[in-house]
Amino acid sequence: MAMAEKGKVEEKHPMEQLLRMDRMPHIWCPGCGIGISVTAFVSALKKLEFDLNKMCVVSGIGCTGRVAGYIKLDSFHTTHGRAIPFATGIKMANPDLKVVVFSGDGDLVSIGGNHFIHAARRNIDITVILVNNFIYAMTGGQVAPTTPETAYTTTSPFGNFETPANIPQLAEAAGAVYVARWTALHVRRLEKSIVEAINKPGFSLVEIVAPCSMYYSRINRLGAGIDMMRFYHENSIIKHDEPTENLAVGYQKQIIVGKFIDRERPGFIESNRRWSAEAKG
Amino acid sequence: MSNVRKPYDLSEIKIPRGEIHLIKDRCKGCGFCVEYCPNNVLEVSDEFSEKGYHPPVVANPERCLNCGLCEIVCPEFAIWSTLKEEVEASIEG
Ligand SMILES: Cc1ncc(C[n+]2csc(CCOP(=O)(O)OP(=O)(O)O)c2C)c(N)n1
Ligand code: SF4
Ligand code: SF4
Ligand code: SF4
Ligand SMILES: [Mg+2]
Repeated sequence: MAMAEKGKVEEKHPMEQLLRMDRMPHIWCPGCGIGISVTAFVSALKKLEFDLNKMCVVSGIGCTGRVAGYIKLDSFHTTHGRAIPFATGIKMANPDLKVVVFSGDGDLVSIGGNHFIHAARRNIDITVILVNNFIYAMTGGQVAPTTPETAYTTTSPFGNFETPANIPQLAEAAGAVYVARWTALHVRRLEKSIVEAINKPGFSLVEIVAPCSMYYSRINRLGAGIDMMRFYHENSIIKHDEPTENLAVGYQKQIIVGKFIDRERPGFIESNRRWSAEAKG
Repeated sequence: MSNVRKPYDLSEIKIPRGEIHLIKDRCKGCGFCVEYCPNNVLEVSDEFSEKGYHPPVVANPERCLNCGLCEIVCPEFAIWSTLKEEVEASIEG
């Protein structure tokens, strides 16, 4: 076995070419699901057949929001909830770019919920990778619009009574053309979905149900990250094309994963070009 | 053994053997690589790293198939494999 000694790391991990190693180690806790979402993403990038110099990664704020800062491509760390508007602007200004938004559930469907809805409605050609850890992790584990009913968080000490957002259903209703969900355990299938989503013209969404091993799992006494991965192993079921109305996530209940939506709709940029050509006669 | 039919193309089947690379000081001891290696190559070591975690130890290096799963499940970019050689398949396994 080749073992690197401290201080003289000669060996290079195969993903280093796409990572900002000067910023490592990253901030994520042991057993956190964000790191594994990133390895799936980087592996997917290596399988894509286009020039990665034409890709831009955009994140908002949160633990997941740190992703853009660790990927060695053009990347943008924006304000909380506004990753999608920044991404829309980048795509409109330079439609040749592939734009990927990588951010958390709080960032994208709570404070950024309206942007999510309207980007899907417009069918702007961006890919959204959403890490759903059911909580506002970075700020201390507060209840989020994605927190399952009855789950404890630091601000729902008697359990959450709200109905959580069903993210795939929200995306479908708003107009997304590609919608998939995996857990952090399904890393190979996740990688494949990320490739498909990036190659799909229009608004595509990949939701990743992932452990927050620091807050969500501790407060709910669900063990370490590996215990949550074991839970996904025993309790997730692959059902491609499942109607999205059935995809609500309950507290420690079965998680349905798969590809649910893959359809065609006119894109925002094409519609805009056609319209302006017609308007100008 | 006698009831195992020998595949006609057995001599053409090559089994990859991997070499594992581990940067111990990057590891945060999550255990994902140990749990998800399909061929039980890795075990959790008793040893503490500089950071105070238990990194994996390569307990059965000869069993590594260079499948790359440890690389993709490691959130710390600490472990990966490279192809060492390809050996001919045998029905004795
Ligand atoms: C305008 C604004 N409001 C609130 C915050 C505080 N804040 C930072 S991250 C965050 C939530 C992040 O949650 P999520 O997107 O789920 O990311 P996670 O940390 O769970 O990965 C909040 C509320 C902020 N930075 N800016
Ligand atoms: S607080 Fe939770 S989401 Fe944030 S890095 Fe730690 S485990 Fe991950
Ligand atoms: S490459 Fe595959 S077989 Fe080898 S140690 Fe990693 S997970 Fe195990
Ligand atoms: S997956 Fe990586 S961080 Fe986790 S135990 Fe293995 S080497 Fe360490
Ligand atoms: Mg979150």
